[in-house]
Amino acid sequence: MSLNSADIKRIAHLARIEVSDTEAEATLTKLTGILGLIEQMQAVDTKGIIPMSHSQDVTQRLREDVVTETNQRELFQSIAPAVEGGLYLVPKVIE
Amino acid sequence: MINKSLKQLGAMLQGKEISSVELTQEFLKRIDRLNPEINAFITLDKDKTLAQAKHADSLLAAGKGTALTGLPIGQKDIFVAKGWRTTCGSKMLETFIGPYDADIIERFDGVGAVNLGKTNMDEFAMGSSNETSYFGKVQNPWDRSRVPGGSSGGSAAAVAARLCAAATGTDTGGSIRQPASLCGLSGLKPTYGLASRFGMIAFASSLDQSGPMAKSCEDMALMMNVLTGFDKRDSTSLNREKEDYTRDLSKPLAGLKVGLPKEYFAEGLGADVAKVVHEAIAEYKKLGAEMVDISLPNTQLSIPVYYVLAPAEASSNLSRFDGVRYGHRAKEYGDLMDMYCKSRAEGFGAEVKRRILIGTYVLSAGYYDAYYLKAQQIRRLIAQDFENAFKQCDIIMGPTAPSTAFKAGEKADDPVAMYLQDIYTIAVNLAGLPGMSIPAGFAPSEDGKRLPVGLQIIGNYFDEARMLNAGHAYQQVTDWHTQMPEGIE
Amino acid sequence: MEWEVVIGLETHTQLQTKTKIFSGASTAFGSEPNTQACVVSLALPGVLPVLNKEAVKCAIKFGLAVNAEIASRSVFARKNYFYPDLPKGYQISQYELPVVGKGSMTIQVGSGDKAYEKVINITRAHLEEDAGKSVHGAQEGMSGIDLNRAGTPLLEIVTEPDMRSAAEAVAYAKKLHDLVQWIGICDGNMQEGSFRCDVNVSVRPKGSEKLGTRREIKNLNSFKFMQQAIEYETRWQIETLEDGGTIQQATVLFNPDTGETRAMRSKEEANDYRYFPDPDLLPLAISESDISTVKADMPELPEAMKARFEAQYGLAHYDANALTSSRGTADYFVSTVEAGSDAKLAANWVMGSVSAKLNAEDKEISASPISPSALASLIKRIQDGTISNNAAKQVFEAMWAGEGDADSIIESKGLKQVSDSGAIEAIVDEVLAANVAMVEEFKAGKEKAFNALVGQAMKASKGKANPAQVNEILKKKLGA
Repeated sequence: MSLNSADIKRIAHLARIEVSDTEAEATLTKLTGILGLIEQMQAVDTKGIIPMSHSQDVTQRLREDVVTETNQRELFQSIAPAVEGGLYLVPKVIE
Repeated sequence: MINKSLKQLGAMLQGKEISSVELTQEFLKRIDRLNPEINAFITLDKDKTLAQAKHADSLLAAGKGTALTGLPIGQKDIFVAKGWRTTCGSKMLETFIGPYDADIIERFDGVGAVNLGKTNMDEFAMGSSNETSYFGKVQNPWDRSRVPGGSSGGSAAAVAARLCAAATGTDTGGSIRQPASLCGLSGLKPTYGLASRFGMIAFASSLDQSGPMAKSCEDMALMMNVLTGFDKRDSTSLNREKEDYTRDLSKPLAGLKVGLPKEYFAEGLGADVAKVVHEAIAEYKKLGAEMVDISLPNTQLSIPVYYVLAPAEASSNLSRFDGVRYGHRAKEYGDLMDMYCKSRAEGFGAEVKRRILIGTYVLSAGYYDAYYLKAQQIRRLIAQDFENAFKQCDIIMGPTAPSTAFKAGEKADDPVAMYLQDIYTIAVNLAGLPGMSIPAGFAPSEDGKRLPVGLQIIGNYFDEARMLNAGHAYQQVTDWHTQMPEGIE
Repeated sequence: MEWEVVIGLETHTQLQTKTKIFSGASTAFGSEPNTQACVVSLALPGVLPVLNKEAVKCAIKFGLAVNAEIASRSVFARKNYFYPDLPKGYQISQYELPVVGKGSMTIQVGSGDKAYEKVINITRAHLEEDAGKSVHGAQEGMSGIDLNRAGTPLLEIVTEPDMRSAAEAVAYAKKLHDLVQWIGICDGNMQEGSFRCDVNVSVRPKGSEKLGTRREIKNLNSFKFMQQAIEYETRWQIETLEDGGTIQQATVLFNPDTGETRAMRSKEEANDYRYFPDPDLLPLAISESDISTVKADMPELPEAMKARFEAQYGLAHYDANALTSSRGTADYFVSTVEAGSDAKLAANWVMGSVSAKLNAEDKEISASPISPSALASLIKRIQDGTISNNAAKQVFEAMWAGEGDADSIIESKGLKQVSDSGAIEAIVDEVLAANVAMVEEFKAGKEKAFNALVGQAMKASKGKANPAQVNEILKKKLGA
């Protein structure tokens, strides 16, 4: 699997990270190296093996439907970049 | 006094030989003197720290002290602590003041331990050298030109330089064990699910686990008693009965079956490290342990599997850092898209961005089966390797890292070489097993410095008490763990 | 060319839990912005999700209600995309292994002679979390983000593309709307967004097996808009194709002001969601005993109740259907019968006068000023002959207006009908004497004259005479 810098730009856009053309080039070299490392996996026959998401074979615990949280808006918004009237401000969302 | 163990300092506090405030001030003074160079701590808050020490003294005076009451502990800056700046080593969180407490912070606060400060780390725990921290690299106290390992490099350097009595770390692919090895400490990554991940800023959720970094196994057992335990806020936290990890410390080792995986002594292991590890194994034989040759055939695959799964999870875990509710927001931006892209480009460092891109790529349409699914399948093969191995032995021993501490900058530009640092540690995270590193001796560097070498001990699930027993027995007959670097007096 | 429209629905139902799906924050509607946004709702660094038991229970209830497979093991996955109302940068949803599998629902479409039934297949239903809301106009060029809704549990219910007209789609949506309220998992409040439909519409030449390219109409929150949007979209797609154009797969929004649909700008490119199992959550296991526990707690379902109404009360299929269209109506009917009313009379009254009044006043049946037991007491007076049907209507109006109970209104308005045969005979005799011409006409074979005589007798009694008795006595006297 070989990547080019257009791929880097596409992936970076999906990840919402701005990359300049020169950055894309530099990143390409490093990512190609890492993907080369990853490529070793393809030699392994994994037919029929159940993927492992968790190390313990346990199932989800459920929470009782009881309100435990209180309003801490002031504290939480004290670390926000931009708020007004209790709302977090962002550049206009266009639908 | 600075070289005393948690156990010894605890006894002094209980015996009123010293107060927690005095002890804390002693360490704070050392931090003032040594931290500007070593850079083990990112954030200090002496008022908060001393207030905790005062509180601890009142607990001690009232006879309510327990093993860790009044002891100053460094907290890795990955744990959110209320009122404390919590950066995770990133510009993204440069001004982030924790609005709540992580489970581990609550647990240490709960027993009256003193939070000495937030220790440096690789940005978002991504790195093996502590060079990716936005707050600067950390020096290895044994050779200041070398790295302390990572990602818990600040915690490792802090304990090694005796800037704190012990510290916490987190380990996703070796981030407790490798720096412990490189800095001559004891470090333990518990079985996945024993320590709550609530409030620990996520890197790779299915692999992350916090644990102790201390001078001895006995100290680690005391910390394990505090930092493990069920937490209903973490769905992956295991609901098990509380254990006393000190209970088996003094058991004799006679008859202990130790597995030596041939893949851990193959090509890639430095000869100087191999020599020290073999000497440690010889010591274990003297203690009555029986060596068994075993094989973990998929060891080599653990690196590619890890570098698919960890970045994939990380790419998603780090999406919340978008400059909307907290964290860095670019000063100049146009529309919403531009705000996202600029804030994240500015807020994250190069290694973090690389891993986000890798993770985004392996999850993207058309590649999921070839990468993510395949990696999860091989992950099972790796776990099965250990399952088979533990049919033949009680614990596994080998090197923690393939080399001693390397020079700062040496691997900084070669991610693949850096990733190979974790060849012996990563599989343990993939399997969710407990792993530990203890000091096993020193190897001389080319410029004549003594560099610590760690012995890794891997246990079966929930076998931490047995591992600590093995480590403690060794530390009763060796003194590697009590040796201090030069120039930190 | 003749075209066929193919429609499938994805419905987001907000589940009626006290707290969010993955945290203990309240889900109450209408609070001040971000006052119900806890650490988890805000996706602060380090926080983790823990699944709400009640949300799982709601999913099981729904599965049982549509005869679906309930997965013994299902998995939560992350759907990754950036949007300011999505604080984690991913939505926790279910992807490959949903909690509810294939099921079905029977809908009734149209009315009168053209009415027909149709089975709509349900592909799956899965649990997921709702997003927050963007509020516009907080500041020029900015949007405000309110995360109170973020993390509210949703059950997304997906159908097969089984519907062939806007009417079918609306009938399905209404039936589903009734059902989720019936089983108590959703309050059905469409204004507040508790029940939102995304409609996938495509067209194809009639007779073709191949599906056309679909466009998805997002977030329809009224049945009227759904009807309009589908009709517009269908016309638009057919016209586009007939003009030689092609349909591009797209997400569109319906504008109620213009009655038109238009493609969204923001989500076009962002369709690589990079789903993967959420490592913060473990597989959800549902045992047979979990299902039985929920089953024991389930109300009788509309289909079963309908069959019971037909068998037990001898109601017609149509009536049974209408009475089980909503839980409120069914409960009202059952309570009326339980309070002593004849079932058929109760059915007529509930579907007739009660329903007409409620419609006229745009009220829910739960807000009816006449309680089921009050209605039963009125019907009992018809059954025992105390009042006539006509009088009953007057009593009903008075009761609706809050003038009192049936008996006191009958009393105060003097509506009690005369059933004393002696008194009626006297009236009939008077009428016969006064209308000799009519009697002659009747005897000459003019049937209509009989009705006229009944009318005269009723008039003479001021409407109070029992009409059946009047009939009977007249017949006797006329030797008919």
